[in-house]
Amino acid sequence: MEFAISILLSGISVGGQYALIAIGYTLVYGILRLINFAHGDVFMAAGLMMVYLSASLPLSVSVPLMVILTVALGFAIERIAYKPLRSAPRMSVMISAIGVSYLLQNLATYVTGGLPQMYPSIPGLSASVTIMGATTKWVTVVTPVLVVILVVALTQLIDHTKVGMAMRAVSRDFETAQLMGIKINSVISATFIIGSFLAAVGSVLYFTNYRSIVPLSGAMPGLKAFVAAVFGGIGSIPGAVIGAFLIGICETIIKGSNWTVFSDAFTFALLIVVLVTKPTGLFGEKATDKV
Amino acid sequence: MKKTNKRGSFIALICVILMLALVVVLENTVPFTSMLFTVLKKGAVYALVVVSMNLLNGFTGLFSLGQAGFMLLGAYTYAIFTIPSDVRDSVFYLFGGSALHISFPEMFESVFGSTGVGGAISLILGVLLALILAGLVAAFFAYLIGLPVLRLKSDYLAIATLGFAEIIRAVFQWDKLGPVTNGANMLKSFPSFTSFNLKDAGGHVVLRLSTLVPFVVATLCIFLIVLLINSSYGRAFKAIREDEVAAEAMGINLFKHKQLSFCISSFFAGVGGALLAMYSNQVQAKVFTAAMTYELLLIVVIGGIGSVSGSCIAAFLYIAASEWWLRGLDENPFLGIDAPAVFRVGLRLVVFSVIIMIVVLFFRRGIMGDRELPDLFRRHKKAAKEVAK
Repeated sequence: MEFAISILLSGISVGGQYALIAIGYTLVYGILRLINFAHGDVFMAAGLMMVYLSASLPLSVSVPLMVILTVALGFAIERIAYKPLRSAPRMSVMISAIGVSYLLQNLATYVTGGLPQMYPSIPGLSASVTIMGATTKWVTVVTPVLVVILVVALTQLIDHTKVGMAMRAVSRDFETAQLMGIKINSVISATFIIGSFLAAVGSVLYFTNYRSIVPLSGAMPGLKAFVAAVFGGIGSIPGAVIGAFLIGICETIIKGSNWTVFSDAFTFALLIVVLVTKPTGLFGEKATDKV
Repeated sequence: MKKTNKRGSFIALICVILMLALVVVLENTVPFTSMLFTVLKKGAVYALVVVSMNLLNGFTGLFSLGQAGFMLLGAYTYAIFTIPSDVRDSVFYLFGGSALHISFPEMFESVFGSTGVGGAISLILGVLLALILAGLVAAFFAYLIGLPVLRLKSDYLAIATLGFAEIIRAVFQWDKLGPVTNGANMLKSFPSFTSFNLKDAGGHVVLRLSTLVPFVVATLCIFLIVLLINSSYGRAFKAIREDEVAAEAMGINLFKHKQLSFCISSFFAGVGGALLAMYSNQVQAKVFTAAMTYELLLIVVIGGIGSVSGSCIAAFLYIAASEWWLRGLDENPFLGIDAPAVFRVGLRLVVFSVIIMIVVLFFRRGIMGDRELPDLFRRHKKAAKEVAK
């Protein structure tokens, strides 16, 4: 029983962390129809920035600074690597995303010298807590709560503000939105800023659990979060969150059994099953393919 | 028209023979420890893999990211079927010996004998058979994977093939398959490129052929791919790339042709994987990651999407730059500049990725665009003729 609870708890926690990354994917895909391969690496970069910032600054300064820098990174990537290719075929933009991912990983290797970095322990999150006999870290409890708060805030933003309305319009029809006087570039930048902000928050939670950061740390969580976004129906925020929680729980169950090798493979198998049987995902809108 | 075509292929044949001869001469005159040979060997292997990826991504317009997975299948197939039986137990010691007891070179040795010319023939035939089998295994899995996946469109296809590559990698690292795949441990002691060096009775190397082998195999495979691209199938592939709907309306069976392109590309990726195993003397599943596929994709982009000769040039340039020319960036005194804080491990790859980003953003057509090498000469001639008029 205790074992089951601890697995469920850590599953929910991992799922919540994937959810925060998955929202970044789903927002960008909804608007640009681009799989932002670099998003996982932005998440990793956020972790590394935290390592270096907290080495010299107190936590109360380094956490907000890390969030700001991550947001700036996401913004800069969009402006430098994606904006010049706006009229190019979709494949070119995706290749550019892969290029950015490659660059960030190599940059991380260069900065860290290839050595794994230890994430600083954050008081309050790293402390232990016992729930129904299962011992875990506070972060496990904080994650789902924080995810729900952020998601509610985000849906409010999208449903009730001007930026949100513009985002919905752009995701519905890129060109028409432009004709209606929506400044496409600022909407896209806003999307990347929101996505990077959530990735930064996610990185604090994720790396408090898995404390060692290597340049490839972002690749796997990134891909899994993308799978979660597809599973939930790409473009849908609640879908991405539910998909991420389901994937997180399934993954920890597999990691707890003796099929550990397949914990990553399972995610991809799920992806392929979803793509083949129900490509729109759980909550995705039915897309009409225009010829 | 026919005449010029014939002349063109004649010139190409002579060029290829000259290139192969040059490789042999170089290897037997320049000291074999030179980085040049590392570059040539690995470059030839990469050229093959990159061209096979270009067949799929550039000529058929199927954005697949499963290349590393198919290379893994090829590399493992090759290794499993060529490890000599007397070292098998020491390679698979963690799993109490190997489950399969077939070694192709030894199979032929029982026919041709294991010494002298017989030994050479059985080595060549054995390795050749293993290479073909490596390709076939990769192509077979591509066929199975293609059945569900090829119905997907652009980026979904990319992520699904990437997922399959990861699944394949996980399966090969699975303990339960240990007696066949050696689990997560490496396979080694199979014939590599250096096994092809001719030795005299005393064990001294008489004639080095280790660089020639990857060149011959890669040239042959790339030649086959070029033939395919110039055939009616190749034209169908290009039609699918340009416009699926129009292609279907012209009577091209979309699924059949996509499946064909996917299988053939994977076949050559499998052969390339086997060659990579021969190059590095060992196979380990953890090497064939998504990062490897990204690297290959970026080489395709540098060379030009839809250009075979561009891919070859880019592969050699990439390998030469990463293994040889830019190596110095990783070590401190670089070109006489002493700055230990700047020149340390990893700088090479950073410089590299910046170059790649510049190509991706500003030179989207890559080195060759969608032209081939002969096109360059032809255009010059045409221009010269027009000037003469």
